[in-house]
Amino acid sequence: MATFQKNVEATIPALRRYARALTRDSDIADDLVQDTLVRALRSEHLFHGGEVRSWLYTILTNLNRNRLRSLSRRPPMSSIEDNDAPDMAGPEAGGRDIERALATLVEDQRNALLLVVLEGLSYREVAEVQGVPIGTVMSRLARARVQIKTYLDGERPALRRVK
Amino acid sequence: MIDRDSPVTEEELHAFVDGELPTDRTEAVNAWLGQHADQAALVAAWRTQADSIRARYGAATDEPVPQRLQIDQVLKRDRASGRSWAALASAAAVVAFLIGGSAGWIARGAVAVVPTDFDTFTAEALGAYKLYVVEVRHPVEVPGNERPHMTQWLSKRLGTELRIPDLQSLGLKLVGGRLLPGPTGAAAFYMYEGPSGERFTIYCAKADAPGSALRFKDGDGSAAFYWVDDKVAYVVSGPADRGKLEDVTKTVYEQVDKTGAKKS
Repeated sequence: MATFQKNVEATIPALRRYARALTRDSDIADDLVQDTLVRALRSEHLFHGGEVRSWLYTILTNLNRNRLRSLSRRPPMSSIEDNDAPDMAGPEAGGRDIERALATLVEDQRNALLLVVLEGLSYREVAEVQGVPIGTVMSRLARARVQIKTYLDGERPALRRVK
Repeated sequence: MIDRDSPVTEEELHAFVDGELPTDRTEAVNAWLGQHADQAALVAAWRTQADSIRARYGAATDEPVPQRLQIDQVLKRDRASGRSWAALASAAAVVAFLIGGSAGWIARGAVAVVPTDFDTFTAEALGAYKLYVVEVRHPVEVPGNERPHMTQWLSKRLGTELRIPDLQSLGLKLVGGRLLPGPTGAAAFYMYEGPSGERFTIYCAKADAPGSALRFKDGDGSAAFYWVDDKVAYVVSGPADRGKLEDVTKTVYEQVDKTGAKKS
């Protein structure tokens, strides 16, 4: 197998993780990864050196943006809160808290935070993926962290009452 | 010696949490946090957030990669979908043109054939379309207001006289163009944009065949028309809305039709 394909292959588990955090649905996440792989392998000739990993994250991030845009054109089926409400007090509650907090973020902030915290990309790599200066990445991160903290600080008491 | 009391910015606190600070500054920030309880609490909260995110999603990498995401499977399926369509398309181009995407299904599992120019060019063109159409900041190399320069440049690189179609009559503005590697050398790629942001692209490169019939290729969420005229292959790609794509294709076809122009 060529080096390019080997590098792509080595990134698949991480892409699945990132996609799952973005979509919160393992099937949709794997669809997204599959589309990413097809696109990457087809456009190998467009890849001009650099990090294969960053390039794959870029494709996946863009595909997810397209997906969200096409969803936003349709009427919503049901809200996140309705889906998650029954399980809120279970042992998974901590995980769901962070999941719900992430869902309240603006897309670019969520992408930046997940790429840094979950995927371990450097600020420079995230700037490359998002096509913005490093300063913009940092302000997205900062805003994401403030928003999550506000959400979690506000939500905890409500959750205890549910219990 | 680092001044332990030098002011620490909020940016530095984020960089500290994310391991982006140089070692000496990391130590200084660490010491500074020892004396600033509020900021230390903030840093701790950010670290807890990060831990929660990793706890929630980190395990995904331990799961075995499902078969459909294994690279040889992805490659095999991608090749097969292009090939079976080609088998049908070359056998009955007119029928394929009329039936469109649904016909591809019937042809699935058809005998493998060597990829045709139709396969190669539409795959390249749709790949480029999908890659660049989502690009907000750098969709093109040369902006649309430099049309004469772009025509000259791309004609020279492709080694054939190109015409960049004007699609204003359809409400499509030329965003610009770029040079891409193609199946036969250089390829020219133009992008157009409509009033609601919908984008269409034209991909052209030299082909061996002198001409061909018009053929349709259905991608996921996108589609393309392909033809060869006077040894140049054209692929017009756009969103899956077939009607609009046909209008665009017709207009492009009329403007670049060299064979027809010579005959008349």
